[in-house]
Amino acid sequence: MAIGKESNTGAAASAEAQEGIDYTGKKIGMWLFLFTELLFFGGMFLLYSVFRSQYPAEFHAAAQEENLLLGSINTTVLLTSSLTIAVAIAAIRKGNKMLSLYMQAATIVFGICFLVIKYFEWSAKISMGIYPDSPALLNREKGDILFFSLYYVMTGIHGVHVLIGVIAIAIMFVYTRRGVIDRDNFAKLENTGLYWHFVDIVWIYLFPLFYLIT
Amino acid sequence: MDRDTSREPTAGYVHYALIWAALVALLIMTIAVARLSLLANYSVLGSLSIATVKAGLVLIYFMHLKHEGRVVKGMLLLAVAALFFIIALTFVDVWYR
Repeated sequence: MAIGKESNTGAAASAEAQEGIDYTGKKIGMWLFLFTELLFFGGMFLLYSVFRSQYPAEFHAAAQEENLLLGSINTTVLLTSSLTIAVAIAAIRKGNKMLSLYMQAATIVFGICFLVIKYFEWSAKISMGIYPDSPALLNREKGDILFFSLYYVMTGIHGVHVLIGVIAIAIMFVYTRRGVIDRDNFAKLENTGLYWHFVDIVWIYLFPLFYLIT
Repeated sequence: MDRDTSREPTAGYVHYALIWAALVALLIMTIAVARLSLLANYSVLGSLSIATVKAGLVLIYFMHLKHEGRVVKGMLLLAVAALFFIIALTFVDVWYR
């Protein structure tokens, strides 16, 4: 009896150790991916800063054409979505499945909200004739063309990341409902959270560069 | 449901809410600083510094960098340093061309 019990605990311990190793590996893999993303966005930030240093006056004036109110609302939306996904992960680790599901759903809603606001922002710009290669934009100063081209490329690629994040969280929502993600097996949700927070950090830098620095 | 989770590094919900409040406060601060031109010639530096504090809060508390081991912290340092040197070296070229 004693031997049986001992071997049982031994097996449980080794299973736990294995899960532990696996867990660390999954997390390091996600961080490595995020570093490639950092350098990917970094290249665009580099372009922005070089052109900004060459056309300070044009960048200054063009940034004032951005809608600060919508930009600020979107920043708040994204910051709040970071809170909800963080709570969703903490909740599942504490075994509170319902709270985790609600918070994941809230994060999805905030993500969609961000994209809808972005859609209205872009539509307003496009209706004014400002979009890449538009006649109205090509008639303007070179610095303006660069500013708005960077604006569309950087917020556009960021928007695609938000969309991918929303889809990933939706998949995690289904996994959580089915019990694939639970208090002992939450690496998928945690990694999705890391991705979401990274996308938030990119926006934290995009916001002052396009809406504030005037 | 009855498993002991006290050893696990899960922060309380209130803790996360406080970090969120700090982030929103910093957002209001960065808008105020920019709109009122409080920093005049240092507005770029000011805005990016506040953004870096915000990014740091997200990294340390929301992304749990605080609880990560040396491997992840070291890799992050390497990635950020790489980006910093790429930008710095490019500017050396742009400015002294």
